[in-house]
Amino acid sequence: MSFILTAIIMFGFWMFLSGELGIIFIISAVVSSLIVAYISHDLLIGKTDIRSGFSNLLRLIRYVPWLIWQVILANLDLVYRTLHPSMPIEPLMIKFDSKLKTDTGITILANSITLTPGTVTVKADRNGEFMVHALARGPAESLLEGTMQAKVRKIEGSEEKRNV
Amino acid sequence: MVDTALAADIGWMDVKTVITGICLVIGCFFIIVASIGIIRFPDFYSRIHPAGKTDTLGQSMVLIGLMVYEGFSLVSVKLLIIIIFIFIANPTATHALANAAYVAGLKPWQKGDRRK
Repeated sequence: MSFILTAIIMFGFWMFLSGELGIIFIISAVVSSLIVAYISHDLLIGKTDIRSGFSNLLRLIRYVPWLIWQVILANLDLVYRTLHPSMPIEPLMIKFDSKLKTDTGITILANSITLTPGTVTVKADRNGEFMVHALARGPAESLLEGTMQAKVRKIEGSEEKRNV
Repeated sequence: MVDTALAADIGWMDVKTVITGICLVIGCFFIIVASIGIIRFPDFYSRIHPAGKTDTLGQSMVLIGLMVYEGFSLVSVKLLIIIIFIFIANPTATHALANAAYVAGLKPWQKGDRRK
């Protein structure tokens, strides 16, 4: 079931991107979407429930504007630290437990940390424990305040059980 | 009548070109600063910061500029898909690099250490 669904989605995506209707294009579309579906059908559809996945997607879309604003702040901060003559950096490693349960939540938090001011995720494991490299003390403290973690936990929402 | 329509058309093209130019300049600025940062920062972990973050915004700004120039068409939808891909793939790749360095046992640079 997930194999066929993935193949159809991949085929549709191919047709959308190429826009060609020649016979050779259609044949290569079918062949490559079947290959991709064979390799990755359990990744795209997986075991997630479609309906909860959809409401999670809506919450994720509401999270994105805030993230983009954070990305802009991150870049201005980094530009300042890079171009300042004395280069005000003081790298440190911090560890914390994010208390997130699902793979989706952990992935979103890890990516958000990497995108936001002065912090890069070094290690993130399934238990929600994070190790972060911060470029200075300020960014590390603002991460430990936990605003972002609360927002990601809201996205995680009702999806209580761990996807293994 | 025809003349005013033509003038309005030219004015719109100008606005579009100017916005495109601004986006491209901002994007190039971020990419150049990222390159400077990669050279100036002291160790591997801190060099990942400009490489992973500033590139994301720089590339996105360049692509957004191209989207504005193209207007609403299939090409700009494809560019939007590329931007979404960059926003997911770039932090993931950065994390993969940092994690590989950590697993290999590289110690982060502390303030006061000699610069490598």
